[in-house]
Amino acid sequence: MNFELSEEYQDLVDTVREFADEVVAPVSAKHDAEHSFPYEVVKQMGDMGLFGLPFPEEYGGMGGDYFALCLALEQLARVDQSVAITLEAGVSLGAMPVYRFGTEEQKQQWLPSLAAGQALGGFGLTESEAGSDASGTKTTATLEQGADGPEWVINGTKEFITNSGTDITSLVTVTAVTGTSQRPDGTVKKEISTILVPSDTPGFTAEKAYNKVGWNASDTHPLTLRDVRVPEANLLGTRGRGYANFLQILDEGRIAIAALATGAAQGCVEQSIRYAGERMAFGSTIGAYQSIQFKIARMQVRAHTARLAYYDAASRMLAGKPFKTQASIAKLVAGEAAMDNARDATQIFGGYGFINEFVVSRHYRDSKILEIGEGTTEVQLMLIARELGL
Amino acid sequence: MDEATAGGLRIAVLVKHVPDAQFDRHIGGDDLTTVRAESILSELDEYALEAALQLVEAHGGAAAGHRVTAITMGPAAAVNAVKKSLQIGADDGVHLTDEALNGSDASATSKALAALLQHLGPFDLILTGMASTDGETSLVPAQLAERLTLPQVTFAASLDLAPRDDGWGLTARRDNDTYAETIEASLPALVSVTDQINEPRYPNFKGIMAAKKKQIQVLSLEDIGVQQDEVGLTGSWTRVQAAAPRPPRSQGVVITDEGDAGVRLVDFLAGQKLL
Repeated sequence: MNFELSEEYQDLVDTVREFADEVVAPVSAKHDAEHSFPYEVVKQMGDMGLFGLPFPEEYGGMGGDYFALCLALEQLARVDQSVAITLEAGVSLGAMPVYRFGTEEQKQQWLPSLAAGQALGGFGLTESEAGSDASGTKTTATLEQGADGPEWVINGTKEFITNSGTDITSLVTVTAVTGTSQRPDGTVKKEISTILVPSDTPGFTAEKAYNKVGWNASDTHPLTLRDVRVPEANLLGTRGRGYANFLQILDEGRIAIAALATGAAQGCVEQSIRYAGERMAFGSTIGAYQSIQFKIARMQVRAHTARLAYYDAASRMLAGKPFKTQASIAKLVAGEAAMDNARDATQIFGGYGFINEFVVSRHYRDSKILEIGEGTTEVQLMLIARELGL
Repeated sequence: MDEATAGGLRIAVLVKHVPDAQFDRHIGGDDLTTVRAESILSELDEYALEAALQLVEAHGGAAAGHRVTAITMGPAAAVNAVKKSLQIGADDGVHLTDEALNGSDASATSKALAALLQHLGPFDLILTGMASTDGETSLVPAQLAERLTLPQVTFAASLDLAPRDDGWGLTARRDNDTYAETIEASLPALVSVTDQINEPRYPNFKGIMAAKKKQIQVLSLEDIGVQQDEVGLTGSWTRVQAAAPRPPRSQGVVITDEGDAGVRLVDFLAGQKLL
């Protein structure tokens, strides 16, 4: 039993921490206020190899692992959740499906630019009536004969798709109903598959970006697919395995989101310690008062607990052991830690906590989604309860 | 002469381990220098390392036989400056460490480094930062070049290499307040670079992993043929007699505009002899 980081993990943490403080933090408030995508930051993250962390060098990756990605996410999210989610979604939702389920040709075609951060990929799963319950998927893909052979013709809409409309978005992997079959009881079972859609395909439109509560510098759009035609070879993985594939992607993604949320929780602690040491009230710094000390101590407890939970889930995953429940626990604990810490941090900051430029108020707006995205708290509880045989 | 004939370049980059300016520093020890609370690779040396890596990359990389060696001198922890350099991209590292070096001023430092570079050399190019971020004397590069009888270009804001008739040559630009100089020199040479020359890169994970396999040679004064009394406090030409922290900044003057703020601002600046 040892949760101490190896030297190379620790060096990665130190490097990303320095980058986050020196390069990301100074422009965070600006991009948040302007709802603008931080292209210059993303480019530098690409140069540092952050988008290639878990991929082998043959595909332009860094030859690291998924835990290395988590450590980087934690450090970035301390100062800027939008930048962290851009990396998280770019790697675990954009590139990872291609790496896990793609053919050699698909990997060679898409991964090098994604791993270098020169291009971004999106994962088009969610629809207005389909999220964690994929059976609600309405987007369809049918095989038709095209000029150069069989083509998938895709029609439907997607919601809340991260990284889907940036200037450097190169593809979106979409889930679609590719057929139906009848169950023994007579009900209809949808066959769901995943298909790679290059973002410049005619009929593919990233609609106007959402006006979100938080994660303002993260790129999120509804997508419209109208008679989008891509070659049959763009099928990702086995036909009809789309549902199983994305469940695996989401399980991993929960660990990454837990790491991101841990960073947010820790960022609130760091901000609060600094402010408590500076702000004077009634003759001393507010950090001298036990009510503030206890609040910050409680915040540290949450951040630490969240970190242990995601370390545990990640170590099980890397060891090839079942990790689904641990990932759900980590996601739930860390998401709540981020939201609770953001609430406490804004309280410590008083009036300044209600001013948008402050990091803690940004965490307050940004953290709510951590209890919703990648499976809501309720979905995590459902999965944990199911594991307990309930 | 073309690049292939000019041959592989051996570049030495001098890197220093300094207290992190982000943290509180205090003065102490026998030599009244800053005490290392949290230490890092001197930011100004990162520009020298980046310049070396860019030169190598622009001229065929390691495949062309070029090699960048990161060199430091200092106590045990100073090796971290070399480790960071290896993560960023240097090919190998050298750490000169010896108790007797403690308290060395610029002249003693340049003496030790000159002996070290002669021991390791020959190098085609020696790159340094424009100053250390702790001592801030900017003396070592010039002294080192003199001791090694090398051409020196200090405070270079740009640096290029090209093959010439007799081997590699360099072109550098020095920016002054009112003009810029373009300087040429033949190699071997020593160049100190400013913080305007490039944008240093961060190490990536591949570099962090690769650094573990790179060699760091640890040497003592005896290894490089320097006597203990030639360096340290006894071998130094200068000695810090006293050091006191700068008094904290006084509160600024707030000029409230009552119609005459412009005039009062100019008066204030003139009073401070800033106009």
